[in-house]
Amino acid sequence: MRESLSKTGVLTKEDLAQSPGVPSEERMERGPVAYIECMEEIPCDPCEFVCPKGAITVGKQIIDLPVLDEEKCDGCGLCIPICPGLAIFVVDKSHSDKEALVGLPYEQLPLPKVGMKVYGVDREGKAVCEARVVKVLNPKKFDRTAVVYLAVPRAFALDVRHFAFMEEEE
Amino acid sequence: MMETEFAVVGAGPAGLSAALEASRTGVQTVLIDENQAPGGQLFKQIHKFFGSKEHWAATRGIDIGIKLLMQVEKAGIKVMLDTVVWGIFDGGKVLAIKEGDRNRRVRAEKILLATGASENPLAFPGWTLPGVLGAGAAQTLVNLHRVLPGTRVLMVGAGNVGLIVAYQLLQAGANVVAVVEALPKIGGYGVHASKIRRMGVPILTGHTVKEASGDAMVERATVIQIDEQGNPIPGTEREFEVDTICIAVGLHPLAELAWVCGCEFTYISELGGHVPLHTEKMETTMPGVYVAGDVAGIEEATVAMEEGRLTGVDVARCLGYISNRKAETLTREIQARIELIRSGPFGEVLGEAKERLIERRG
Repeated sequence: MRESLSKTGVLTKEDLAQSPGVPSEERMERGPVAYIECMEEIPCDPCEFVCPKGAITVGKQIIDLPVLDEEKCDGCGLCIPICPGLAIFVVDKSHSDKEALVGLPYEQLPLPKVGMKVYGVDREGKAVCEARVVKVLNPKKFDRTAVVYLAVPRAFALDVRHFAFMEEEE
Repeated sequence: MMETEFAVVGAGPAGLSAALEASRTGVQTVLIDENQAPGGQLFKQIHKFFGSKEHWAATRGIDIGIKLLMQVEKAGIKVMLDTVVWGIFDGGKVLAIKEGDRNRRVRAEKILLATGASENPLAFPGWTLPGVLGAGAAQTLVNLHRVLPGTRVLMVGAGNVGLIVAYQLLQAGANVVAVVEALPKIGGYGVHASKIRRMGVPILTGHTVKEASGDAMVERATVIQIDEQGNPIPGTEREFEVDTICIAVGLHPLAELAWVCGCEFTYISELGGHVPLHTEKMETTMPGVYVAGDVAGIEEATVAMEEGRLTGVDVARCLGYISNRKAETLTREIQARIELIRSGPFGEVLGEAKERLIERRG
C-alpha cells in the first residue's frame, strides 16, 4: 500500500480504495463529506480533536490511520486546514448535475478570487480540467492554511487535489 | 567567574524546554546561545507540526518558538545571546564563553549541551560553485531573511528536510525543477511528498546529482540514475537549468563540546553518526553533563523538547528541588509522550536506535 507513495509520492486509486478515511461513492453523492488521504502511520491526531461531530477517530495509538465515520461527517471541512500533512479534502458530488465540489488546503499566495476560472490539477501536478473557484476561506483559526472550494466536472471529483492559475498574474 | 546551578548551551527547542522545566522548580538557570536570537531552528519551521495535543500538534514551529520564548521571559531565566561557548573544562564543570569581545568563565553544577545538528555535505564536481547550498541554509534565507537563494532549484535528497524545504521554496516563489533521491525510496513522509508532487515537482528516486556547472555560479545540474549498488548508470544523464542546488542529505550531531569535554561516543548511523552516549535521563558519561535534542541523535523538534524536559527534571532532582518520587512520575510522563512520537514505521527505527544507544551507555 505504501509502495507507490514512497516511490512516487502519489497515492493511486487502488491505495485510496483501502483508506479508512475515504467515504463511499453513495455518501459523496448525498453531499459534502471529508476525504482523508492519510495512509502512512505517522504519529498525529489533530483531525480527531478538531471534528465537532466526532466523525474522525485515530484513537490512543496516534500512529493509527484516521477512520472516517461517513454518517457522522457533515462535510464542514474544519479538518482540512488542521491537517499538518495537507492530506484532507472535502468532496461533494451533490453540487449539481454536471459539477462536483472539491475543498482543498492551499498555502500559496496570492489566494484565488471567487468566480475565477482555474485549472484543476491532479495528484501528479497535471492540469486535468477547467474548474471554477466557488469559495475561499481563510479565517484566523485556520492559521494561514486557506481552504479553496472548486467546482469541477463530476468525472474529476476524485482527481483534482490542487489548482493552477490560468495566467501567471491575475 | 560567573556561577550558576544549571547552564544550558543552545536555546533551541531542547535547551528552552530544559531551562523551563528546571527553572520552574527553582533551579537557577542560565541559557547561552551564539545566535542573536533564541529559538534555534524553530523560527524557520513555518509548517504545522505533526503529533498529538501534548506535542503542540498542528502548530507551526515558529509559533511554538514564540510561546517557548514568552515562557522563558515570564520565568525570568537569564538568556545570554551572541555568546559562544568555546570550551568546557574541569571535567565538565566550567564553560569558557566569549561574550562580545569579552572572555569569561561560567561555573555550573549541571550543564546541558543542546547544540543541535549540522547539515551533511555532498561532494560532486562543481559543488563549490556559488548556488550550491545546504537545504537548511536555503530555509534560513527564505523563512528568516526573506531572500530567495535563486529562482530555479534542484533539491538533492527526499527526506523530510528536502521535501519540506522544497515546499517552502515553492511557497516563496521559486521554481523547484526536481527533487532527486539516491535511495530507491522517498525517505520523508508521504504527505510531504504528495504536497510537492501535486504542485508539479517530480521526485526522481534512484537518482543523484552528477555535476554542477556554470561560469561563475551554478547554471546547470546534471542528474544521473544510479543502480541499487549506488553506481551511476552511464547514458542516463539529464540536464536541468538551475541557479540553485540545495543539499538535503541528512544531519549530524553538532557535538564538539561533548568531544572536548571527554564524553564517550558511539556510532549509530540512524541517529546521524557519532552520538554521545547518554542515559535515558540524558546524562552523558561525564557526570553532570547532559545532552538533549539533535546533538543526542537526530530526531524531530518534538522529541528535542521532550528530551530537554527529561534533562530539566533530572537536574531539578539532583539539585534537590524536587523529590525522587516526583521526578520519577514526571519522567515517566515524558517518556510515554516520547514513546508515542517514536511509534510507527518512521519513529520505530529511531526509537530502536536510541535504545541501543542507551544500552551501550549502560
